[in-house]
Amino acid sequence: MSELLIILLLLMIVGALVAIETSNLLSSIISVGAVGFLLSIVFLFLGAPDIAITQIVVEILVLVVLIRATISRDLTTITGDRELFGMIVTVAAVLAVAVLSVHMFEQFPPFGVAVMDRVAGAPSTTYLEQGLAKTGAANIVTAILLDFRGYDTLGEATILFCSILGALTILRRKARKKQAEADKESESA
Amino acid sequence: MIYSLCFVLIAIGLYGVVVKKNIVKIVISLAIMEYGVNLFLILLGYRFKGEPPIMDQAADASLFVANAVDPLPQALVLTSIVISLGVLALMVALCIRLYERYGTFDITEMRRLKG
Amino acid sequence: MNGRSSREGMSVIVKTVTRWVEGFILLYGIYIVLYGHLTPGGGFAGGVIIACAFILLTLAEGQRVASKTLNPAVAAELDSVGALIFLGVAVAGLVVAQVFFKNIIATPEAAQFHLFSAGVILPCNIGIGIKVGVSLFLVFAMLSALHVTVRQDGKRDLVRRGKDES
Repeated sequence: MSELLIILLLLMIVGALVAIETSNLLSSIISVGAVGFLLSIVFLFLGAPDIAITQIVVEILVLVVLIRATISRDLTTITGDRELFGMIVTVAAVLAVAVLSVHMFEQFPPFGVAVMDRVAGAPSTTYLEQGLAKTGAANIVTAILLDFRGYDTLGEATILFCSILGALTILRRKARKKQAEADKESESA
Repeated sequence: MIYSLCFVLIAIGLYGVVVKKNIVKIVISLAIMEYGVNLFLILLGYRFKGEPPIMDQAADASLFVANAVDPLPQALVLTSIVISLGVLALMVALCIRLYERYGTFDITEMRRLKG
Repeated sequence: MNGRSSREGMSVIVKTVTRWVEGFILLYGIYIVLYGHLTPGGGFAGGVIIACAFILLTLAEGQRVASKTLNPAVAAELDSVGALIFLGVAVAGLVVAQVFFKNIIATPEAAQFHLFSAGVILPCNIGIGIKVGVSLFLVFAMLSALHVTVRQDGKRDLVRRGKDES
């Protein structure tokens, strides 16, 4: 089981490296799609079908939006990195954090032992025991999402609403301006 | 081992955000970081031979509690995935606006034009 | 509009397949939303699938057919309606039981594992499904309208063109 996960994770890392390092924008987007689909498979193996379904449909939507946004642009491949200094600093910082976090990784519970097993009276155990009786929902994840922790979902819906509203505003203003320009041109002509 | 691979995924995303010039690449790197974080949270809740936290009518309740994986991280990650989708839509919209203004995806060019 | 006569969108093959598959995708999305409390899925996943159905229509048949099926103005209203359903359920708990987000509809033992079982979770799922699906479709519609603006540089953008001909 854990060997399978390691193989899938290594594939994900390869996909991510290709996505970041390739010069063609379209193949970069397709590689990130591959990473997302592999992640969905990993979720399925980890006993999270809810997340797997959501991840796979979200990934499809992300791919369509990204391709739609970039494919008609001139795919002039912008190669090269920003600055050599910034790159060196980044790599050094990431390596330093990695070295420092070796100690942290040792303190994690071994893989396969859930956090709720190590903490007595963890809320997750309560949810599993009483979720069906208290909410009537057989899917405990949904019970948590919409009943036990409804506030979280309300905040999440608010964030989604705001971000979509922001995206629409950014895109719409341009369209309106173009339309106004077109109107002006047709009047003068 | 698996946790450290997860960390490598996040580090790759971080590297892309800081180093790359193409603004779409930066968006992609942020998406990769999100994948790493989501995967880490789900990994924390996994049990060996764990079942999905979905009740079956025929299943034994006490056995279910003993076997099911942790449902709490799953609920939070579900929220996180949808938020990341909304944020990505916002970022793509910004990218398009920047492209129409500057005619390029290169952020160093944009900085120079700004003066 | 008959797909064959419209010049927008993709080839006849894609349009035909889209017409066959479209309804099933929508039905699957609605199923995922409605059975979110019994099987994997829920409002978010189902909403994104519903959005994908409309996006498929936009890609295959072109912007005009899609905006006839689901007008962006109507979609903007539906977006708010979905958010209000969710908020209304929460406030209903406050009014009836003095607790925000209280599950005010009790589930008897016999009703478990049936569609109408989980009290307020079902209306919450429906509200979120409508909201997510419609708002993502709106973003995509906006993106593809801009897409045409950029590609056909010099000509007018699609929003304008649609108005002229309708």
